[in-house]
Amino acid sequence: MAPPRDRRPGFSRRAQYTLFLSYILAIAGALVGAVLLVLSQFNPPAFAALRSAASEITAPVSGGASAVVRGIAAIPDTVATYFRVHGENEALRAEVARTHAALVQARIIIRDNRRLRGLLKLREATPETVATARIVSSTASSTRRFGILNAGRWQGVRPGMPVRGPDGLIGRVIETGPNTARVLLAIDPESVIPVRRIGDGLPALAAGRGDGLVDIRSVGTTNAQLKPGDRFVTSGIGGLYTPGVLVARVLKAGSDTAPAVPFAQADIFDFAIVSAPFLPPPPRAAISGATPPAAAPSVTPVEPVPTSTPAETPRP
Amino acid sequence: MPTLKPFEAPLQQSPARALPWVTVMAGSLMTIAPVAATLPLLPPFGLLMLLAWRLLAPLALRRWAPALLGLFDDCLSGQPMGSAMMLWTLSFFLIDLFDQRTIFRDFKQDWLIAAVAIAFSLVAGRLLASPIGGHVDSLLLAQIAVSVLLFPFAARVVAWVDRRRIAA
Repeated sequence: MAPPRDRRPGFSRRAQYTLFLSYILAIAGALVGAVLLVLSQFNPPAFAALRSAASEITAPVSGGASAVVRGIAAIPDTVATYFRVHGENEALRAEVARTHAALVQARIIIRDNRRLRGLLKLREATPETVATARIVSSTASSTRRFGILNAGRWQGVRPGMPVRGPDGLIGRVIETGPNTARVLLAIDPESVIPVRRIGDGLPALAAGRGDGLVDIRSVGTTNAQLKPGDRFVTSGIGGLYTPGVLVARVLKAGSDTAPAVPFAQADIFDFAIVSAPFLPPPPRAAISGATPPAAAPSVTPVEPVPTSTPAETPRP
Repeated sequence: MPTLKPFEAPLQQSPARALPWVTVMAGSLMTIAPVAATLPLLPPFGLLMLLAWRLLAPLALRRWAPALLGLFDDCLSGQPMGSAMMLWTLSFFLIDLFDQRTIFRDFKQDWLIAAVAIAFSLVAGRLLASPIGGHVDSLLLAQIAVSVLLFPFAARVVAWVDRRRIAA
């Protein structure tokens, strides 16, 4: 049916004006939304304060609820362990006996490694743990993949810090509130992480796809063949992610690019460890000055040595 | 079931005015569920409640309400700020267009209109939030399907709340 020509709600002036005004306000609201959208396209963290205020309120609720859910989910497992405790005990004893020789070998190798590193004057890049927290909720209805971490500025978390779980890399912090932080997960379509292959050190980028996988894209000039099962770890290039943290395992064969499954699956996130950036950000003077900041670190995890440490003072 | 009498000034109490807002905000708060989801399959419950209010009780929410409710949703959903603000208001205008051309509707037609509005909001939200190259489109279709199938549930909830709202 054709729309009626007269759209007035009645003879009441007041009703007519109220309706007119409500439409004006609605159009104004849509326009304000469009302006906010444009602003957040150009400067994504522009409204971090609003979002972190909301997550400050919701994170304790999510945290409490997730504790309850974890408790309930642990019940079948706890019951099951009582039934298979004897068999497990035997299996573990056998495994201890089996791996004893390998353990001794590994201890010797660790000591050797430390001695050789000392000879080379390499300093171990130990990632400094800032906070250990949990991912309490995520943006499950949006195509972006963010997680809410229940630790924030008061716990020392800052934007840019990498977050890893017990299984592998989770992502990095992008916004912080007093007690919560927003984590860009590695599977987000805008996340890119420099990685290298275990074994031959093939450099690549792990770019999130948005469907729970990451794309491994080779950055080498040669024709890189990616095989299913290839494992990739962070390379430390860029100075953000500590080298050697597991990222993803290739799913299907491909040349130069292949889909891969991240080791840290979002839905079984256990603890999340926030660590300081692998290399400290360059000082302000270096950024504003003409000299570019130091080049990306090589594959060997070498931490830049501050001038005051004894390693750089001339030996007598 | 309580009914409104003619010439009776209804809904003067502020709780009755606030109830639609509260239910839509409760829908937006579904994202705080303690699940770190790998896949974006959770339906936008805030939008579902908003559309159900708009289609079942058209005068319950003012025309400018979706802008403010969308701002609240943007703070929680992870979409760029302003996207729900704009898209939810545009969905209201879209339903206004349908309202002008249909006089009598049954629930199936309402459902169809809600499906169009849901698909519009989700597809536009995806285009605004994620890069074009992202592999999220098949998941987006699944999310739209789940959301459309859940609309009758949202309509049930809204009808239930609305009955009590009028009785109050």
